[in-house]
Amino acid sequence: MRTYLLRRCLYMLLILIGASLLIFFLYSLTPGDYVDNNLSLSEERKAELREIHGLNKPILERYVNWMANMFKGDFGYSLAQQRPVLDLFQDYIWNSFLLAVVSTFFTWFFAVVVGVLTAYKQYSLLDTLVMVGIFAAMSIPSFFIGLFLIKVFAVDLKILPPGGMITTGSRAVGWEYVAQVLHHMLLPVAVMVLLGVGSLTRYFRSNMLEVIKQDYVRTARAKGLKERTVLYRHALKNAMLPAITLIGFELPGLFGGSIIIEKIFNWPGIGQLYMQSFTVRDYPLLMGFTMFLAILTVVGTFISDILYHTSDPRVRL
Amino acid sequence: MSIPTTAGRPEKAIRALDVSDSLWRQSIRQLRKNKLAVAGFAFIAFMFLICFIGPLFSPYADGKINPANMHQPPSAKHWLGTDLLGRDVLTRLLQAGRISLTVGLASMALSMTIGTVLGIVSGYYRGVVDQIIMRVADLLFTIPGLPILFIMGALMSDWKIPTDYRLYLVMLMLSIIGWPGVARLVRSQMLTLREREYMQAADVLGLSDKRKLFRHLLPNVFPLLIVIATLSIGGAILSESALSFFGLGVMPPTPTWGNMIDAANNVIDFEKRPWLWIPPGLAIFLTVIAINIFGDGLRDVLDPKQNTSR
Repeated sequence: MRTYLLRRCLYMLLILIGASLLIFFLYSLTPGDYVDNNLSLSEERKAELREIHGLNKPILERYVNWMANMFKGDFGYSLAQQRPVLDLFQDYIWNSFLLAVVSTFFTWFFAVVVGVLTAYKQYSLLDTLVMVGIFAAMSIPSFFIGLFLIKVFAVDLKILPPGGMITTGSRAVGWEYVAQVLHHMLLPVAVMVLLGVGSLTRYFRSNMLEVIKQDYVRTARAKGLKERTVLYRHALKNAMLPAITLIGFELPGLFGGSIIIEKIFNWPGIGQLYMQSFTVRDYPLLMGFTMFLAILTVVGTFISDILYHTSDPRVRL
Repeated sequence: MSIPTTAGRPEKAIRALDVSDSLWRQSIRQLRKNKLAVAGFAFIAFMFLICFIGPLFSPYADGKINPANMHQPPSAKHWLGTDLLGRDVLTRLLQAGRISLTVGLASMALSMTIGTVLGIVSGYYRGVVDQIIMRVADLLFTIPGLPILFIMGALMSDWKIPTDYRLYLVMLMLSIIGWPGVARLVRSQMLTLREREYMQAADVLGLSDKRKLFRHLLPNVFPLLIVIATLSIGGAILSESALSFFGLGVMPPTPTWGNMIDAANNVIDFEKRPWLWIPPGLAIFLTVIAINIFGDGLRDVLDPKQNTSR
């Protein structure tokens, strides 16, 4: 186990260095950057800015500097917002996290309940309907369903806000603030649940189908336990076990924001920040964000592997 | 060792051929019983037909700009109204469908080809080649697909790629993020298949590597490949539409379902002229549902081991 962990950490480091190379060169080989695109700057000021931010140095030197800073916990300096990238992340990331954590909770909740029910009543009408619903949920273009719901609930019915996190210009504090945020969260959370629930329900349903056939479930029934107890205590526990490996894979989704949803609903999260920076080609921020996502993904996969092993010791690592 | 048997009893060889033929026929017969999958297939066929043939019968297929006729709501003359240049939305929707479906098909074909070849090679030869291919795949898995697509889309804009070429580059981009998944799957299949007896027989017969890989191993992953290929068309159509919606994929004047929904970015079009952006959204949705349902039906028939639904 120890050698595995060591080897694994080394590999994580290598793959992240590979990712950093990919990210850095993808962005820095693009013609035009924030300084170039900013028409309000004079030629001298542009040269000065390049000097300050080290943009006129050879590309390899810039890469080495970028990497060295990252090891020190410095993800760069946003040119458009004139603030360190990590500071900006801290401002936006919790908004993203709020959205993600609530929708992840509901996604899992619905997926488990519906998954268990449909597995129990396999081939029933409910099962067929849910299967069609799952296919529908997996086939929705996320940006379209977002727009469509805004059109219906905000523009036509006027019962929900079209976007943002609080009402524009509102200075609400305390409970009033919480209520406003909840009101604004409703649509984006609904869309995120809808988008995620399909594949997860399928996953739980098939896990459950496998477990229900097992002998110990029959034993539990034979000794006269209530069907609810059999399903939710004996079967579900074992059907849930493989799912804990999914927790690691949720990591990028929880902290990395959701680019499309946040953009459509104008939610001040990290994905929205990314899209904003895209239009002005604020490369330090874009590179920092992409690298951040890569780190989350790699760490998430690592956590999943470890959980996989601890949940089922038969699995060799 | 097999040569004398087949040469001595030709009728047996013919019967063996019959059996292998009916495997496919059997699958089709089984698929036919799945009404949902048949409906899915029928809808896909309908979509292709109407998109590729429909515009030929439209009086507005030339896409002529007619400012006097702009922003008309749906009517008997223009079933889905007209856009800001006075073009018929229904005709444009079908023309966009041609592009979107083609992008889906082409990028699927490209990522399947790259993924299959690399997967077979890396699973069969293992060693250094395998290491290199799989590490590149790992690397591409590190960064989520959407940001990579966005970066590549922005690169196209910054390099001032002419809009006509963007279409082909979008196909290429989608296959860049698509192949690692295919390669991994094919590789894992290869690792088990290469240990089978018939591969030992192929070794003993001294067949060339090329023959072993493409005549003996490839046909055995074919059922699996067909399933992934079908499902990945849906994914590609969804990715293309998101990319084009954000102005980073295929750009006007080339219409795609994604960049038609771009009309929703204009507040007035969004609130007052839903005929501009709701039909393309529904078209994507229905097409992808049909593809997913059909793909799932295929999976039941062709790849019963991976059966997740029943």
